[in-house]
Amino acid sequence: MKSNLIKSIRVTLILIVILCVLYPLAISVAGKLSKGHGDGETITLNGKVVGYANIGQSFTQPKYFWGRPSAVGYNAAGSGGSNKGPSNPDYLKDVNSRIDTLLKYHPYLKRADIPAEMVTASGSGLDPDISPLAAKIQIERVAKVRNLTTDAVAALVNLHTEKPLFGLFGPAKVNVLKLNVALDELKKQN
Amino acid sequence: MNTELFGIIASFALMLVIGIPLGKYLAKMFAGEKVWTDFMKPLENGIYKLSGINPNEPMNWKQFLKAMMCINLLWLVYGFFVLMYQDKLPLNPDGNPGMTADLAFNTIISFVVNCNLQHYSGESGASYLIQHFIFMFLHFVSAATGIACAVGLFKAFRDKTTNDIGNFWNYFIKAITRLLLPLSAIIALILTFNGTPSSYAGKDQFISLQGDTVHVSRGPAAQMIAIKHLGTNGGGWFGANSAHPLENPNYLTNMVEITSQMIIPIAMVLCFGYFIRRKKLGWVIFGVMMIGALLLLIPSIGSETGGNPAIAKMGIIQPTGAMEGKEVRFGPTATAYWSTFTTIVSTGSVNGMHDSTMALTGLWQLLGMMINGFFGGCGVGVLNYFIYLIIAVFISGLMVGRTPEFLGHKVEAREVKIAALITLLSPFLIMAGTAIAAYVFTNHGNAAWAVKPSAWLNNPGFHGFSEMLYEMTSANANNGSGFEGLGDNNIFWNVSTGIVMLLGRFLPIIGPVAIAGLLGQKKFIPESAGTLKTDTVTFGLMTFAVILVLNALSYFPALALGPIAEFFSLK
Repeated sequence: MKSNLIKSIRVTLILIVILCVLYPLAISVAGKLSKGHGDGETITLNGKVVGYANIGQSFTQPKYFWGRPSAVGYNAAGSGGSNKGPSNPDYLKDVNSRIDTLLKYHPYLKRADIPAEMVTASGSGLDPDISPLAAKIQIERVAKVRNLTTDAVAALVNLHTEKPLFGLFGPAKVNVLKLNVALDELKKQN
Repeated sequence: MNTELFGIIASFALMLVIGIPLGKYLAKMFAGEKVWTDFMKPLENGIYKLSGINPNEPMNWKQFLKAMMCINLLWLVYGFFVLMYQDKLPLNPDGNPGMTADLAFNTIISFVVNCNLQHYSGESGASYLIQHFIFMFLHFVSAATGIACAVGLFKAFRDKTTNDIGNFWNYFIKAITRLLLPLSAIIALILTFNGTPSSYAGKDQFISLQGDTVHVSRGPAAQMIAIKHLGTNGGGWFGANSAHPLENPNYLTNMVEITSQMIIPIAMVLCFGYFIRRKKLGWVIFGVMMIGALLLLIPSIGSETGGNPAIAKMGIIQPTGAMEGKEVRFGPTATAYWSTFTTIVSTGSVNGMHDSTMALTGLWQLLGMMINGFFGGCGVGVLNYFIYLIIAVFISGLMVGRTPEFLGHKVEAREVKIAALITLLSPFLIMAGTAIAAYVFTNHGNAAWAVKPSAWLNNPGFHGFSEMLYEMTSANANNGSGFEGLGDNNIFWNVSTGIVMLLGRFLPIIGPVAIAGLLGQKKFIPESAGTLKTDTVTFGLMTFAVILVLNALSYFPALALGPIAEFFSLK
């Protein structure tokens, strides 16, 4: 037993050096070569950082495209889903009231136009994306508030629709922050 | 055909393309044959020399298990104190506080046993020091422990009659230097080049487009996320685990992460066959496990893509399926795929919240963890399956009226007793644990704990019961996923699941290794016409039937009260 313990202590110490110091440091150094230098990729507008490409943020103003509901209020110092079960009556009530809110701001929509993702909370609470369909239903509202043609906004949505991986795998999506930054930049040019 | 379906088919293919050759490689490597990773030898020799280990020293099963238990106990003690005093230690840029004693107890057990239940949240509960020096360290060594024990079991059947099941230290170190570390480095690089942070910078702050001040947690996460999947650990850097957009930034990383958690469990099964020179046995076991996995996977995809019937009634559309707790970049199909594999192998990482999946998906998740032998965790999956094999051999023996044999060794009373006890352990821990929790919830709702029992559940009714059942099942299976709505950071859940995790880890390792050690010592009986052949399809089906019957008998009542009842209430 005693010899096992001594071996255990020594092995543990050596492995800590290899696995907890050398390995992560090496990856960290290599990560400096990546796009965000291993710090996370940021998005800038007018030279100012306005967010992280991968971190969704709260959009409630009518001039912006909205993202999904978040159980943590898009607080990126935490994360998490609602953890509401599919049969929870309070949860279903919440979803219903989200539908009503959405219809209020988009009077041109019918219930059957609304994709569920716009009224259900994401897993991380920080989902940066919406589906192309969820972007499409917001075009008319955004165009109206910004005095743009729906065609111009639709073109921008198309431009920011990211295809599935290699065009084959996984869903298509629209990064809400990137789309909204593009909208703000569009205004500047006019 | 849609791209979401193509995505999981590609993930499935990728898993086989990597997993199958890896199995052959592992068999050669652990047998000490020439392999291309021999360049690691100087590093290994250095480790052996510095720690005073003779890697060629033979061990019998008792010596083997003693060495394994000794180092695991050391990690428990080391980790417990570091967790409690993280606030006084360096590398804590976000100023996170030390853990309470009961949370530290739960957390350290959870990581030592490869479970990663995580009653804390990564962003606010763990400093970088803890994330790397405790959690990531244990990700590596707990996976290596499981693999080493499985190889010890294999070794007992490689030779005809032997006391020597190999050297624990040798297998343990090689599992790290020639499997976990190199593959982790590759995965971590893929992750960091796709947007997962890998630097030591602390929280960042920015003003959002709408003018809100937002803080963003970051840190050297890619390194840990790589081994968390490869080692079937599952304990993530961020609270939302692999649903978090920094932890799992895009569909490519999603494929890499889900594939990396499957390759070692698949490889270990095939390694068993190749290592004992009965490759057909490995393939039969692989076949049984794969059928089991697909039987859980296909209905899960069906119920998730079908959407939530209660939401369908509201008149809105669910074009891709149920979206509560899911991320747009993965979609319901990939989340269903992930949820099945993360529960059959004991990873327990999630890319969407299991608490919000459909009632029947929850059923398949629970069943995957209860069976815990369809591929299973690193090394321990094979050990769990071995128990089912022994039971199947025993029952087959009874049916034909002969002393049962396994791979040329008589299976007698002592071995069957051990196997039976291990089989009974899981239902006992899960059922008794859930029963006690349900009792406390109903009768002592106001106990003055950090979370009052009456406030434990995030959902009423059947689903609330499922939350408690899931937590105990996950602890016993050393899975670590959760119906995370459960308010589990209080003394009851911390202590109870801590004990369940310990028993659910070490007894199902000790049992099979002991059986293998005992069998290996017995006289080898050459195959004859009367031998029960264990590498046939018939015997594979027999084992499958044993698995089904044992688990259905044990768990059906509890499952009927939880997910099944919820399913019918939603109709």
